[in-house]
Amino acid sequence: MTSFQTDDGQVRAVDGVSFEIPKGKTIGLVGESGCGKTVTAMSIVDLLPKPAGTIQEGEILFGGEDLRKVGDSRLHEVRGGEIGVIFQEPMSALNPVHRIGKQLVEAIVLHKKVNKRDALIRAVELLEKVGIPSPERRVMDYPHQLSGGMRQRVMIAMAISCEPQLLIADEPTTALDVTVQAQILELIESMQRDLGMAVLLITHDLGVIAENCEEVVVMYAGRVVEKASVLELFANPLHAYTKGLLSSIPRLEYKRKTELKTIEGQVAAIRDFVPGCRFCQRMEREGETLVERPEFKEVSPDHWVETCMSCYAG
Amino acid sequence: MAQNEQEEPLLEVHDLQMYFPVRGGVMFKKIGDVKAVDGVSLSIGRGESLGLVGESGCGKSTVGKCLVRLLKPTDGKVIFKEMDITEMSQRRLRPLRQDIQMVFQDPVESLDARLSVGELIAEPLQIHRVGSRSSRRERVYELLDQVRMPRSAVEKFPFEFSGGQRQRIGIARSLALNPELLILDEPVSALDVSVQSQVLNLLVELQRELGLSYLFIAHDLAVVKHISDRVAVMYLGKLVEVAGADEIYHNPRHAYTKALLSAVPIPDPTVKRERKALVGDVPSPIDPPAGSAFGHRISHPKYEESIGMDLGLVEIERDHWVARDPCCLTSEDWGRVRML
Repeated sequence: MTSFQTDDGQVRAVDGVSFEIPKGKTIGLVGESGCGKTVTAMSIVDLLPKPAGTIQEGEILFGGEDLRKVGDSRLHEVRGGEIGVIFQEPMSALNPVHRIGKQLVEAIVLHKKVNKRDALIRAVELLEKVGIPSPERRVMDYPHQLSGGMRQRVMIAMAISCEPQLLIADEPTTALDVTVQAQILELIESMQRDLGMAVLLITHDLGVIAENCEEVVVMYAGRVVEKASVLELFANPLHAYTKGLLSSIPRLEYKRKTELKTIEGQVAAIRDFVPGCRFCQRMEREGETLVERPEFKEVSPDHWVETCMSCYAG
Repeated sequence: MAQNEQEEPLLEVHDLQMYFPVRGGVMFKKIGDVKAVDGVSLSIGRGESLGLVGESGCGKSTVGKCLVRLLKPTDGKVIFKEMDITEMSQRRLRPLRQDIQMVFQDPVESLDARLSVGELIAEPLQIHRVGSRSSRRERVYELLDQVRMPRSAVEKFPFEFSGGQRQRIGIARSLALNPELLILDEPVSALDVSVQSQVLNLLVELQRELGLSYLFIAHDLAVVKHISDRVAVMYLGKLVEVAGADEIYHNPRHAYTKALLSAVPIPDPTVKRERKALVGDVPSPIDPPAGSAFGHRISHPKYEESIGMDLGLVEIERDHWVARDPCCLTSEDWGRVRML
């Protein structure tokens, strides 16, 4: 559970979210903007904006170790070392006044016991690995000299520089063209095969989820409403929100200009969240479902859903 | 609604070019041009929607801006309702501006945040001196009804609304002057899927109700297909393929169109498809390759051959136009078009 201190008091951006990421697997985290995907990811590596954001409760177990209980120095080792992070907008994650080589070297020296010369050689290797042409020249470039796709490759090179066991990719391709998106996703996949790392892929694009993930966690308004394998979720969505999401995507095979399904309304502001079912809140339903939080249950093997009596017809 | 053959198209664009000078050196002299749009021809019929797709930097937004004369084209002609508006003075252009309106990705971001929604929607009416104060108020209500927003929105401010509602406000504003053509530049790409489908439905309904024509600029091919009658694919300042929306998706002819289509992720995990990942980025429009631009990107063996060739569009089948490019067509198709 992660909350933020705001002018209106404490708000709970993420409210009782649990999931596991098995070794070597890719888990997709999907939901509309403002549903708490990024806050969930940033809570894992404790990169929440301070002092506003704090984790109120819960455990973050990484290989059996609770990252909330380990000290700062261990957390520094893990973050960027055993857990790599790719952010949505590489331009704001890279330092604009340093050459990309220097930034890569900094990350490598921090986590591996090597000198700067060896780190630079490693940096060039990494850039080559992520498909940047003439990497020995590119290490001298500043971030603004690279295209969006190239910058995202640099971010990936940095995230995998220490051969992490877990890669958190927060909307890694949202700002990119489909062609470059395909290249980046392929790259993440091949890195995953080489290093055997697990990936948490955060996206709002169900196409990306379908093609890249083994399991999917669907978030709505700070909570997980459904969780299943990708095949099961797309074939047999159980929660009304998941169904709504899946049916509102325009697909190439649809007849043109026919009416698309929509989800009426919008996600409530965090401070207005009801304690009960928040999708009922969006549907402007009234009554008891808004009062008590619906139970999150395993309704068939490995298929979990929030069992609100209106949103889940079990 | 396909374009009616007998009728003149609402908008015609002939060989549009938009070059931006690149300056450099100590004297800040012109050292070259960015050829953002380099010879684009297209037409839009009454009540028709034309989709314009391509990767970022290919010049699709620049085409849109030239059509509303936010930019003055370097060369070429823009003919709207049989009038050449390319060279028209701002004063003569003014009455025509009512007929062509533009909708941006986040319309509210580009507007005065201190104006209420009512004032924002009424602003075009004021500028063009349409109606009295009270009739303008009535019109604002009517527009809010049209975009399915509550009339109470009038008193509120744009920041109080979500992305989808803001886009509705932007559409209401663009409809204020009863335009015939809307240039929609990535109108739904910042929205979540559930809201995106609401706005797409609204655009389809409005087109039916009001007989609007659309130029729909976007990079999401599924969205473009949904709303368009015809689709034009743009690469590095030039059109490479133009055809009916269903035709271009089922029967793409140009290698770039095929690559774009194959890169769209399919929201169905049971489909395991061959991803033909396209390598490299779009080349720089400052110094474009001499021959086939896409052939250069994919290092096609026939690239050398394409240098100096006329790579313009030819009609390979009825209403299906494709660039006459040896690097980007199957050998069968190349055989058909090389003589055209």
